[in-house]
Amino acid sequence: MEPVKKLTSNITPLDRINVDTDQIIPKQFLKRIERTGFGQFLFYGWRFNEDGTPNQNFVLNDPAYKGSEILAAGENFGCGSSREHAPWALQDYGFKVIIAPGFADIFYNNCVKNGILAIRLKEANKIIQAGKDEKDATVDLESQTVSCDGETWHFEIDSYWKQMLLNGWDEIAITFQYEEAISKYEASNV
Amino acid sequence: MAKTIIEKVWNDHIVHEEQKKPDLLYIDLHLIHEVTSPQAFEGLRLKNRKVRRPDLSFATMDHNVPTKNREVIKDPVSQQQMNTLADNCKEFGIPLAHMHHPDQGIVHVIGPELGLTQPGKTIVCGDSHTSTHGAFGALAFGIGTSEVEHVLSTQTLWQSKPKTMEIKVEGELGFGVTAKDVILAIISKFGVDAGTGYIVEYTGDAIRKMSMEERMTVCNMSIEAGARAGLISPDEKTAEFLKNRAHVPAEQYEELKKKWLSYASEEGAVYDRTLTIHTDEIEPFVTWGTNPSMGSGISASVPRSEDFAQPAKQEELKQALEYMDLSEGMPITDIEIQHVFIGSCTNSRIGDLRAAAKVIEGKKVHENVTAIVVPGSFTVKMKAEEEGLDQVFKDAGFEWRESGCSMCLAMNDDIVPAGERCASTSNRNFEGRQGAGSRTHLVSPAMAAAAAVEGKFTDVRKLQVHA
Repeated sequence: MEPVKKLTSNITPLDRINVDTDQIIPKQFLKRIERTGFGQFLFYGWRFNEDGTPNQNFVLNDPAYKGSEILAAGENFGCGSSREHAPWALQDYGFKVIIAPGFADIFYNNCVKNGILAIRLKEANKIIQAGKDEKDATVDLESQTVSCDGETWHFEIDSYWKQMLLNGWDEIAITFQYEEAISKYEASNV
Repeated sequence: MAKTIIEKVWNDHIVHEEQKKPDLLYIDLHLIHEVTSPQAFEGLRLKNRKVRRPDLSFATMDHNVPTKNREVIKDPVSQQQMNTLADNCKEFGIPLAHMHHPDQGIVHVIGPELGLTQPGKTIVCGDSHTSTHGAFGALAFGIGTSEVEHVLSTQTLWQSKPKTMEIKVEGELGFGVTAKDVILAIISKFGVDAGTGYIVEYTGDAIRKMSMEERMTVCNMSIEAGARAGLISPDEKTAEFLKNRAHVPAEQYEELKKKWLSYASEEGAVYDRTLTIHTDEIEPFVTWGTNPSMGSGISASVPRSEDFAQPAKQEELKQALEYMDLSEGMPITDIEIQHVFIGSCTNSRIGDLRAAAKVIEGKKVHENVTAIVVPGSFTVKMKAEEEGLDQVFKDAGFEWRESGCSMCLAMNDDIVPAGERCASTSNRNFEGRQGAGSRTHLVSPAMAAAAAVEGKFTDVRKLQVHA
């Protein structure tokens, strides 16, 4: 996993609430057995017309947001299916940070495990607006801040997940250090 | 202090805990299917890691499997995904109920059927509807593929202790009102993110009186209210259901039963939050929008923009109605449908099929409607055929299929065409869920059967004779 530290980028504003993982990556693309190559299918139903041409009204097709690494969206982003293909698609497309007032629990975990920084920010609507105004934002995980348009907000993140993101740790390798505790638990409980 | 079942199961599974860190939880049962596991097994191979406890893992094929002509899988990518699961199970020694196995079925139907699901267990699966197993008083939740890999190699997960929520369903269910209507009403009343950050325990008289199958329907859709896990304290009914199941050793049954019942929440236990709904508020339900909270009772109408205070909610309504091609204020009973799907991990068990068959018996599927029944497992299918339910459905004009997830998410060939509408007993009405451009209305099996007959939504209570 690549460590996440600090980045400045233009912001893709997705001004919708309750965006579900079926929209992020529709089921017809879940049959691949690899972790890569999902970016081309990101938001497929919204991004493309029925004939396969790009839907010019969808924000990802607006040239202003080309190369954007920050996605800003409304509340309860990533609800629904547990498919990790959703963060894989977002990451493969180029997003490294997602800012929303709230995330669905499984989606949030899936982001952390892949080195995507999902930021719960009450003021996410201001970031969406800044995106619409084609402004940049700077995200700093070490200081837990988002700065945009002259304002800076602090965000909360569990200190354990923060360390994992900053260091790009392999979680399974960490857990192997608890082998003795696991074996002991198994001996008396399983 | 009196404890909830959530605290008891959690505390029983802590392998390691320390300040400012999530707890390391032991996982008693890991269920696996073909869609969310291939990358996890590949991860193991890349790092030369093993599966720690293949004996605590169990796999099946459900998402991709055809529900007719099983010998021919048209999509080579689906075939590859299933072959990959079979190869992985063989390589790592994991038991597999493959497509032609008598135990095959939707993973959340076969877990309880085989008695793998038991009270007090921690159960995970790379599938958000894992909460279904909570009906037995298990702490069961969906995980992503990275977590699947973590469980495969360590049989544990790092989990931050969630908050606890009680959802109390008071009163008695009225005639024609089912468990599906209860959970749809809960989601509609409290919203799709009410349970985010919580584990929910369902309590109250209505829940106590439900059969185990009905409880599974309720717990199944916990995730649709944002909760990763939803559970119900075990009681005599729970133990009775599990008696003589394949994975419940008969000689240990009494001892197990005693242990199971000890997990029930204690009188006076305190939850971080309690929500209450009364059965008087619940009638047969139909969703009209593009998330599971966008639903109404059958006698209501599609809401109007002015019913919502927040602009974001008004915008969401507008987008949903545009996608669904419905207008504000339209009576639910005016919505015509072209497809009926009875199936999915929410409503494909024998009780669901009996309820639908009771409505359909002696009637015909409307000429504008294509209707299919997809039993949740091979075992459910056999049982239904033994009872003659297949004939009731076939006589009415339904197609009788093989078990699988099928049209709930349309990863196989069971797809609702663009622009058409389906009355579905599944759990999600998201845009394109049943096929690109398809429109889904979530209902109970009885309401789906009634819609099949009428070609539009109708109050099933008008078609049923009061028992």
